[in-house]
Amino acid sequence: MDTILTTYNGVEFTIGTAILEFSYLLAAILFVYGLKLLSRPETARKGNLWAAVGMVLAMITTLLLHTDSSGSHIKMTNAIVIILTVAVGSVLGLIISKRVKMTAMPQLVSFFNATGGLASALVGLLEFSNPGNESLLVTLLGLIVGSVAFSGSMIAYGKLDGKIGNVSAGFMKYINFLILAGLVILTVYILMQPDPHAVSSLVYILFAAALIYGVLFVLPIGGADMPVVISLLNSLTGIAAALAGFIYNNQAMILGGILVGAAGSILTLLMCKAMNRSLMNVILGGFGGGGTVQGDEGGTIKEISVSDASILLAYSKKVVIVPGYGLAVAQAQHTVHELEKILESKGVSVKYGIHPVAGRMPGHMNVLLAEADVSYDKLVEMDEINKEMETTDVIIIVGANDVVNPSANDHPGSPIYGMPIINAEKAKNVIVMKRGMGKGYAGIENPLFFKDNTRMFFGNAKDSLQKLVNEVNTL
Amino acid sequence: MEDILIYFYTYKEAIFIIVLSIYLGIEVISNVPSVLHTPLMSGANAISGVIIIGGIILVGHSDLSHFSFRLVTGILAILFATLNVAGGFAVTDRMLEMFKKKK
Repeated sequence: MDTILTTYNGVEFTIGTAILEFSYLLAAILFVYGLKLLSRPETARKGNLWAAVGMVLAMITTLLLHTDSSGSHIKMTNAIVIILTVAVGSVLGLIISKRVKMTAMPQLVSFFNATGGLASALVGLLEFSNPGNESLLVTLLGLIVGSVAFSGSMIAYGKLDGKIGNVSAGFMKYINFLILAGLVILTVYILMQPDPHAVSSLVYILFAAALIYGVLFVLPIGGADMPVVISLLNSLTGIAAALAGFIYNNQAMILGGILVGAAGSILTLLMCKAMNRSLMNVILGGFGGGGTVQGDEGGTIKEISVSDASILLAYSKKVVIVPGYGLAVAQAQHTVHELEKILESKGVSVKYGIHPVAGRMPGHMNVLLAEADVSYDKLVEMDEINKEMETTDVIIIVGANDVVNPSANDHPGSPIYGMPIINAEKAKNVIVMKRGMGKGYAGIENPLFFKDNTRMFFGNAKDSLQKLVNEVNTL
Repeated sequence: MEDILIYFYTYKEAIFIIVLSIYLGIEVISNVPSVLHTPLMSGANAISGVIIIGGIILVGHSDLSHFSFRLVTGILAILFATLNVAGGFAVTDRMLEMFKKKK
């Protein structure tokens, strides 16, 4: 393996290094292939598996074949330490991923994203003090991006888990800007030193500042904007890994990282589009804060009793359920599935209308309902379900608000004007399940609640659905 | 101007890889149905754990004869990256298992 094959570009290389590079190519192909399969429901599971195979392959060949600049291999003792660490990490990772409840999925995704970001930050931190490292700019960038991804994801985790509330103040914008400027200046200053390796204490300050930036950047962002933030942080972790790849000139890391970065960016933009807001607007925080004149809707709220609602549902042809974050909070996914089954057994066609930003992460409602065994062909995307609105007898809104607010269509002054919504008002009957008359995330009145064909069903989503299930059962 | 051209030439391979992989990433996942947004994100998240290769290289060539900050931090990096990789792929698989078509 160590026989020198030839000298290329002044670098001697051996059969071992050639095989190593070849395995990286294979791993990169598996990443791309895996992601491709992951984007189709029929093949998604296989895709995930292939990407994992690529990762394991790259890990094994690195362990066996990687040589440092002096041509020496990874020693046996080092290999054992690495294998033990990987074993501990894998067992922990597997246990966490099996134990965690499906409803805690947004938190978990954020948590795993944080660990990846931290690993990138630590690698950057260590490689900076390595005298042989000449790619200092990418090292520092990787350190910064990884740190922001780590602390940002941990805050996102805390917020999704309800451990951290919303902290927002107008001046935070300026502090964030100052820290960002400070990060840039410090990076340039370090790189301009005659011997940058000698100022490694400054690098720790950079590390700390980046961590603080991550915290302050996610802290003011509100719940409904979480899908944007989570996919953005995901993309940052990818970019951090890619940057670290440049330190080692490792193609598998570069390609894998950039793939994730690109995929995360697209998802981020998709989420922004689904809210009709720019990324800047989301990051700089909050909706403009009320301010808009509404109130001309007037009208009265009409409640509906359990028995009326049940009769209405049981004698409908077509029912559409629009879930929102309230469904996840009440953990009512199983109950809603029960209602769906009972109605179907009575010959009612039931579908779910899923808004792309319903919930706290991209695709949140899909995962939640899939956990309750709802078949995914019943989960209909916004544009598709909107085509069927006129023929829908009853639409049930469970714990959603802004995503069905008609102001988005016809109130140019409204903060959510222009946001694509599910046109619930066009259905023949609308039942809104809500805990109370509280406003949605955008903090604005929802004229849908005052429409003639709308009935309110107050209460916890799970209890309300359970009452409906019981009542429909007796019909 | 000259500096930019020199920079471009020096790093031409890297720049090619970056530009093409961005394009590839966009191509591969555009048009993904929203049903798969979470698994795709979580699967991609696991791939970003590829930083583990960096950790392996780092610890692999570290001096084990004495306890150093470098060694401990490197091991921590591997540990966190493994959490990301193993946990990420496992949880994605668990999610996708639920997506199996019901009759």
